[in-house]
Amino acid sequence: MRFVSLFLNNRLTIAPETLVNDSSLKAVPFFELPMVEQPPLNQTFRYDEKLQQILYGKQLLFDELSFTVDQIQLHYENGYVKYSIGISKTSNGYVCSRCGNEKSRLFAVFSCFRCKSDSCAYCRNCIMMGRVSECTPMISWCGPKVRWPLENNLLWNGELSSGQQLASQKFVEGIGSEGELLIWAVCGAGKTEVLFKGIEKALNLGLRVCIATPRTDVVLELAPRLKAVFPNSMVASYYGGSEERETKAQLVISTTHQMYRFKQAFNIMIVDEVDAFPYSYDQTLQHSVSLAVTPKHFLLYLSATPSKTMKKAAMNERLPCVKIPKRFHGFPLPVPKMVWGGEWKKRLERGKLPATFLKWLKAQAESGRRAMIFVSSVSVLEKLIELIRKEVDVPVDSVHSEDPLRKEKVIQFRNEDIQLLLTTTILERGVTVPFLDVAVFGADHDVFTESALVQIAGRSGRSKDDHDGKVLLFHYGKSLSMIQAINHIKNMNKEAGL
Amino acid sequence: MSYCLYCHEPYSEAWSWEALIGLKQSPLLCQDCEGKLVRIKGEICRICGRDFSVFPEQYRQDDCCFDCIRWEENDTWTGILQQNRSLYVYNDYMKEMIAKLKYRGDAEVVKAFYPVVSSEFKRISRDALLVPISLSEERHYERGFNQAELLAGGLKKQVESLLKRKTHEEKQSKKTRVERLSQKENPFEVVDSLKVKGQEVILVDDVYTTGSTLRYAAKVLIEAGAKEVSSITLAR
Ligand SMILES: [Zn+2]
Ligand SMILES: [Zn+2]
Ligand SMILES: [Zn+2]
Ligand SMILES: [Zn+2]
Repeated sequence: MRFVSLFLNNRLTIAPETLVNDSSLKAVPFFELPMVEQPPLNQTFRYDEKLQQILYGKQLLFDELSFTVDQIQLHYENGYVKYSIGISKTSNGYVCSRCGNEKSRLFAVFSCFRCKSDSCAYCRNCIMMGRVSECTPMISWCGPKVRWPLENNLLWNGELSSGQQLASQKFVEGIGSEGELLIWAVCGAGKTEVLFKGIEKALNLGLRVCIATPRTDVVLELAPRLKAVFPNSMVASYYGGSEERETKAQLVISTTHQMYRFKQAFNIMIVDEVDAFPYSYDQTLQHSVSLAVTPKHFLLYLSATPSKTMKKAAMNERLPCVKIPKRFHGFPLPVPKMVWGGEWKKRLERGKLPATFLKWLKAQAESGRRAMIFVSSVSVLEKLIELIRKEVDVPVDSVHSEDPLRKEKVIQFRNEDIQLLLTTTILERGVTVPFLDVAVFGADHDVFTESALVQIAGRSGRSKDDHDGKVLLFHYGKSLSMIQAINHIKNMNKEAGL
Repeated sequence: MSYCLYCHEPYSEAWSWEALIGLKQSPLLCQDCEGKLVRIKGEICRICGRDFSVFPEQYRQDDCCFDCIRWEENDTWTGILQQNRSLYVYNDYMKEMIAKLKYRGDAEVVKAFYPVVSSEFKRISRDALLVPISLSEERHYERGFNQAELLAGGLKKQVESLLKRKTHEEKQSKKTRVERLSQKENPFEVVDSLKVKGQEVILVDDVYTTGSTLRYAAKVLIEAGAKEVSSITLAR
């Protein structure tokens, strides 16, 4: 949009062109404005508390706010709101101040009706959250801080395992100071409970906490649990389509994407499944985290399968780390078994199943137990399901990332309406179903990395009444990842003293 | 290595002689995205250009669909829109792409269609006026651009913004067909009637859904003296 600069009460200030009825003033795109000093805070101004609540710790666009340009400008003139540039030029292109993108192929220009420039540059990387272009001012709050409740009591009296206890303590010790910590907890260790004490301490110190996770399902599952254990606290969830994005929140549970909206907001940042972020532990994530945290902050990473970079940092003691090698129920992690499946790909093309797999399949169907069967691609999925349906007469279904019925099918599987569920690696995390066995069809394929296999194996044996689920890797030659995954699991069991 | 203009994934182009010697433009979309789009080919409705291969047989009569027959039977609309031609079937993926373009404001997406648009409509009359469907002032400001104008830009031909939208758009989808047809006031007006007089006009829009927007636009142009009006859209 275009702004004009003008003198108001003897100060040079700026205002959106639509608010100024003076055709002698020249309107220019926002980024072309001269530098003006931020208006001083007018103590007597009655600011809008709703606006404070929404903007506090965030950086938003005019389009994202339900307030009029007029109202926002008034807060600017009284020193309560700040405008800053969304896209800046650099020596070799542009940088987006919302998402940190600097890749020139993720910027484009268009003939912009708002600023009348025929080459207004915008960021394509974060376009899903609304367009930030050169002429788009980013709006943030610079008035008084939001007040949080003084008492945030933890309403929970469950018990922690000894591993959980240790991790919880380490986290609590970190609260109030700057630092980082990696909690390396096996699948089924119960990582959420580990967070409770630390969060309680942080909230009572008046600190703001965020739990960032790559998946919306996790936000949806965590938010009600945290609201229940912190009944006096301000808790809100952020994901695409969330209705709590304008509520006041000291504890925020957010998807990674939504973190782009925050700016210098959190003293404590908890990054869940740090290895599973869309781009994993890379610059994009680091950037959005670094924008969302306050200059002094504590970072907690959670993972069952940390990346190489993280493990290395932990080993060199550059990154403090505490492991929870034992599952909450105290039994060892099921160790995957490798089973020769022969040339499974060729057989599949010929419409045949490997003999070992067929034998297992029939026995599994007979047993009445549920199983997840992981495959390397959608095309394998489609061929395999057809063959399986010819061999066994039990409810079989399949899911993949673009399956519109994904959620429904997972529920059906949970309810035992589906006995055998074929899936791509999309369900390697998150699905926790008791009384379950797991098979990987074609485990030697590249998509089955060490961490994928550890996560897949982690689906089984989740309940104490069925801690010994089977994990079978049908392969055509052992891959390094298979061996590493088995060693990973065995080591964890050893560390747990099992 | 190229990056897909839409999904940003890297992809390698299929090797071909035509591409090598510069006869064929390199594709802007990856094979995955390209594969999810369906070009309209083969049998189509003579008037609205809909793809008959994805259209139930019982709703057509010879080379015309029932929707068009109904339009043509209505005296007010007979012959107003000569014909419409569209490039792609308006399937879920196309919907997603157009939504990203229009509602997220990712103007660059339109360029993915430029090669197809320019080669497919190469033969359109040189003297015809190319007129994009306009947006209301409010909507235009909100979006920052007019997608129909961007699309028309791919035709390598002078674009004439001769239409003005007087009233703010309502969501067409929220109205029933009867309401849409009975809409009394025409939302469009012609900016420069002199330019239009005696001319052949080609309207450009992103999607042909019910055909009413294009017909309202065509009507004001005919009333302003245009000889005949046809249209092209990205999807149908
Ligand atoms: Zn960006
Ligand atoms: Zn602009
Ligand atoms: Zn693509
Ligand atoms: Zn038709």
